[in-house]
Amino acid sequence: MVDSLEGLYQQHILDHSKLRHGYGHAENPAAERFERNPTCGDELTVQLVLEPGSDRVAALTWHGAGCSISQASASVLSELAAGLTTAELGEKIDAFRAMMRSRGGDEGDEAILGDAVVFQGVSKYVMRVKCAMLAWVAAEGCLKDVA
Amino acid sequence: MSLTAPSTDDPRGGKPALAPLDDEHVRGIREDFPALAETVNGEPLSYLDSAATTQRPRQVLDAERDFLLHSNAAVHRGAHTLAGLATEAFEDARATVAEFVGASAEEIVWTSGATDALNLVAYGIANASHGRGGPAARRFALVPGDEIVVTEAEHHANLIPWQELAATTGAVLRSVPVDDVGVFDADAAAAVITDRTRILAFAHVSNVTGFVAPVAQLVELAHDRGALVVLDACQSVPHRAIDLHELGVDFAAFSGHKLLGPTGIGVLYGRAELLNALPPFRTGGSMIETVTMTGADFMPAPQRFEAGTQPVSQAVALAEAVRYLQSVGLDRVEAREELLAERMLRGLAEIPGIRVVGPPPGAPRAGLVSFDTAGVHAHDVGQFLDARGIAVRVGHHCAQPLHRRLGLTATTRASAYLYTTTEEVDRFVEAVGLVRGYFGEA
Repeated sequence: MVDSLEGLYQQHILDHSKLRHGYGHAENPAAERFERNPTCGDELTVQLVLEPGSDRVAALTWHGAGCSISQASASVLSELAAGLTTAELGEKIDAFRAMMRSRGGDEGDEAILGDAVVFQGVSKYVMRVKCAMLAWVAAEGCLKDVA
Repeated sequence: MSLTAPSTDDPRGGKPALAPLDDEHVRGIREDFPALAETVNGEPLSYLDSAATTQRPRQVLDAERDFLLHSNAAVHRGAHTLAGLATEAFEDARATVAEFVGASAEEIVWTSGATDALNLVAYGIANASHGRGGPAARRFALVPGDEIVVTEAEHHANLIPWQELAATTGAVLRSVPVDDVGVFDADAAAAVITDRTRILAFAHVSNVTGFVAPVAQLVELAHDRGALVVLDACQSVPHRAIDLHELGVDFAAFSGHKLLGPTGIGVLYGRAELLNALPPFRTGGSMIETVTMTGADFMPAPQRFEAGTQPVSQAVALAEAVRYLQSVGLDRVEAREELLAERMLRGLAEIPGIRVVGPPPGAPRAGLVSFDTAGVHAHDVGQFLDARGIAVRVGHHCAQPLHRRLGLTATTRASAYLYTTTEEVDRFVEAVGLVRGYFGEA
């Protein structure tokens, strides 16, 4: 049934896939990571910009091409990350991964994940989890680089 | 079997006396394929992914089961009754497949699939280039400056083994460029094939564009320069009558699971003279004549390439798949798929924002269509279709260089086979027509 798609493509996800918050190239990122999904050829680069002399995220920018899930997830992540400390961002990435790996079992805590809880529906589609994780895995790599 | 058709002639072998396959025949054929009756997401399954792998008829499943229930044993070793029955079935299967593609039995090597078969040739040539195989193998040896030619449209399985062969021998890998829709002609190939060309490897039918390569012209071009021709026949052998001797290629590869047979088995065809000169790629048990602590003499082909335990029940099942296809008739399968591809093309042409890659309407095309959907990623297209029970392939279809050339990262591919109905094609076209609206692009 087409209705089954609604759990996956929530309106918020479709909106973010067009909005693409944080899309672009940063001048002097503290870290930059590239991730790809070899099954579909999606490619995403995430750049982490920190406040000068601080571990606070000034901006998380990204660019690349991919499906609506990967684009929306990068957009939501970018929106979420600005203003957080690197430690706080790390916690959110852990929480997002736990939800995405739960196959629908983990509802996701809106207090921690904010808008990113809309990807909870994606966790039931095993083939699409990698799409949703792409930007988050790249961001996690950036955190390792600045640790 | 439920695919009887009006005939005034021998029903086997696909003689023109058989009536063309229509939807009524196809409904009969589908009764042999239990998987096609599945429901997906509450909708009847429309399986349009046969270019990736085909469904298997009961006859094939039964043949494999019967073999395992009654005559399973190791082949070419042991003297007990079952060993004899198994060996006979294994070799009968080889003869059946050989006859199917116009080859003789000793020219058919069992492999795990087409990828394995292409690697077998490439690594056999690498071994010859490194001095293995004695004087007979010198004809294969590559030296720095020799050239291997492929096309820009190749599946990775017919590209990467040649990249590796070039890297280990100093040979140069060159490619025949494709045009803006992903196809090429003999003139484009002639510009790349030179006296330095030693190997020409290409797909008979592209798994992305459905383009049918001009095999006869390419074979002539290569042979005039003394180059060997390696044909990736994965998308042709299951869908049209093929006579490898008539095509004149030197090697050819295809997979069992793309022609109603099991996974884990495929075929390397090689001209007998060449196979007996090519050094083996894998060595071990059952491929030797005498072994000492310092060396071994290898058996003639095909056994010299069949080291270790063989996929026996898979070979038996593959032979049954071949008989099934022969009973329907390959000419009828080809004609039917042509109609289905035309129907897809006609339908997709009506939908704004759909860019079909491959030969233009009217040009030869196999029963598959790949396309880009403006503003919507192929994975999203595939997901939308899956929700309607429609199974298609999305991604780069193991042909990244081709997609890069077309300016795309991924496409959606629908592929038909002898069990595909026109209703399925119509359901697919209708659903594609709704995709861009759903994702806010139209």
